[in-house]
Amino acid sequence: MTIALPGKEIADKLAGKFPGTIIDSNQNYCLVKSEALLRIGTFLKDNPELDFKYLNYITAVDYYEYFDVIYQLTSLQYNHSIILKTRCPRDSAVLPSVVGLWRTADFQEREIYDLMGIRFEGHPNMKRIVLWEGFAGHPLRKDFNGT
Amino acid sequence: MALKTEPFALNIGPAHPSTHGVFRMRATLDGEVIVDLEPVFGYLHRGVEKLAEQRTYTGFIPLTDRLDYLASMSNNMAYCLAVEKLAGIKVPERAQYLRAILAELQRIASHLIAIGAFLNDCGAFMTPILYMLREREKILDLFEMASGQRLTYNFMRIGGVSQDVPEEFLPALHRFMVQMPRFIDEYEQLLKENEILIARSKGVGILPKDLAINSGASGPVLRGSGVKWDIRKADPYAIYDRFGFDIPTGIMGDSYDRYRVRVEEMRQSLRIIKQAMEQIPAGPVRAEVPHLVHPPIGEVYARIEAPKGELGFYIVSDNSIAPYRLHIRAPSLINLTALREMIIGWKIADAIIIFGSIDICMAEVDR
Amino acid sequence: MEVGSVRQRVYSDKELDQAEGAAIEALKAGSQQPIPDPDQWLEEELKRNILLTTVDAMINWARRNSLWPVVCFPACCAFEFITTAASRFDISRFGMEIIRASPRQADLMITAGTLTWKMAPNVRRIYDQMPEPKWVIAMGACGISGGIFASASYAVVPGYNRIVPVDVYVPGCPPRPEALLYGIRQLQKKIARESLAKRKA
Repeated sequence: MTIALPGKEIADKLAGKFPGTIIDSNQNYCLVKSEALLRIGTFLKDNPELDFKYLNYITAVDYYEYFDVIYQLTSLQYNHSIILKTRCPRDSAVLPSVVGLWRTADFQEREIYDLMGIRFEGHPNMKRIVLWEGFAGHPLRKDFNGT
Repeated sequence: MALKTEPFALNIGPAHPSTHGVFRMRATLDGEVIVDLEPVFGYLHRGVEKLAEQRTYTGFIPLTDRLDYLASMSNNMAYCLAVEKLAGIKVPERAQYLRAILAELQRIASHLIAIGAFLNDCGAFMTPILYMLREREKILDLFEMASGQRLTYNFMRIGGVSQDVPEEFLPALHRFMVQMPRFIDEYEQLLKENEILIARSKGVGILPKDLAINSGASGPVLRGSGVKWDIRKADPYAIYDRFGFDIPTGIMGDSYDRYRVRVEEMRQSLRIIKQAMEQIPAGPVRAEVPHLVHPPIGEVYARIEAPKGELGFYIVSDNSIAPYRLHIRAPSLINLTALREMIIGWKIADAIIIFGSIDICMAEVDR
Repeated sequence: MEVGSVRQRVYSDKELDQAEGAAIEALKAGSQQPIPDPDQWLEEELKRNILLTTVDAMINWARRNSLWPVVCFPACCAFEFITTAASRFDISRFGMEIIRASPRQADLMITAGTLTWKMAPNVRRIYDQMPEPKWVIAMGACGISGGIFASASYAVVPGYNRIVPVDVYVPGCPPRPEALLYGIRQLQKKIARESLAKRKA
């Protein structure tokens, strides 16, 4: 069985190494500040006991005032997984890109940019992927009045 | 005397005569060798995630059929598992066994097409795929007996399956199970040691193990590169922990290994179906679930081992009749991440074979 | 070898994307009304004063019994079309087993799948490249009206008849192979009534 590590356990580990970066944590997930995302990601990937080398998916949710971006990480060796979240405000939707750590993020971050409008800094190829260049708007936002 | 060559661009366009759908590759060629590749897709983007916010939970099941249309039962099952996990609904035993039998039959049907199309790309024009479509028709007859449809079944419901299978189903399944191993042996006899297949696919399009894990590959692509990771064993869902089966893995990560992994997986699926048929009990096939499901506020991620890889549904609910946000973790999209590294250095004909061996379905890539 | 730099010298993907995006927006703006179906054959049925010569009968017989479809396989209906072409519901008995990849050698377009605005200019180009006489069968609910995806109107074209003129509509999601064969038979009956003297302009 893949053990879903509790968010609090990871938050305690991270708070020791990166103080002041944890916003919230509960049984399921751990919410971190977007500035510390790359440092935390590198630590989670390279630490030999955690070994989170496999990124399952990245997705984004629109909560009207802010966007939440959710990352699920798995370790194939130890068969455990965690959920990491980060947040960005709606009017300045910019986040650091994790393409350098996990190649999986390549297409998925482009899709989040296309459909939600969140830009990822550091991505080598930040352009639309499923819709065409020149399309007006971002369809998955809650205020998209599509035609 | 060295010839100076100029690289040029070639568009391997969205409408090409391969059964993989509308996928476009902008290739930069130097002579005949590909030096750069840019995949372009989105030609089948139908806005399924946006539609999910406008439909009820039960009303979204037909849309899940049309994601990976060659494995509709698996898609239905992944979605129903996610909603049941969120709402805390317990599925009766007979429904669990029926779901396992249908999902494994669907895996065999999907791999038959994957292998047939792969051999089509290798140059064996139409012969293997016609043989495999003949077997697939027998599986589709079984599905039609159960659900009434041949391709997009809409058979599973939240809390079980929509109706019980008729009495002829299990005897017909038994007859199919008796014949099928002989057919797989027939294909192996023609194809396993075939010189042309080995020359065209051995060593072609190698995906190294570290790159496979880093690109998030899953399913036969990951197992072909030597990583023994199958969600049915690592994170068992439904009742897969009651069955005994093996996980075939490849050695090198080339196209031939991915093809062999799929053939062996078909044999393992037959083993699972046999065990499920022996153990299946009588009983109800659906839990008592209201028409409009109101899951509590929260979020969930549930995944299964679909024929193409790890298929997962991430659902955020706000206690209304429709999901607040639904995201589909599509295995075909994520398996394509390393396509550029796999194809650079090969020629155009090899590019088609490498792309065919990953086995994608465009409706899942674009959603 | 610096791989990225080779590509920059050959083409600029940003310019290509912008040109294609402009073409898609132009096509979307120009396809707000459906193209009328070519249905002169219905009027002739009522008028009953059409006389086919022997030459017409011969040519129509040759055309309708060797329709060659072109590859246009976006989505799920493609698989029902492939199984129709396979050995159980053999389409070769109607002379159609050759599915041409090149539109220059085909005369029938069976649209098997949902059409999106991003794909629409390519489908129109394939249709334009087919030589006359040519026919179109709209297969499946997505081909007729956008189907189950029609509410996502930001991306989905509500029916192929916005882009190409359609002769026969085959309902179903996906239509069974028998239904597709029935639609092809209806098209064959339509071709049997055509006359060289009254070719559609």
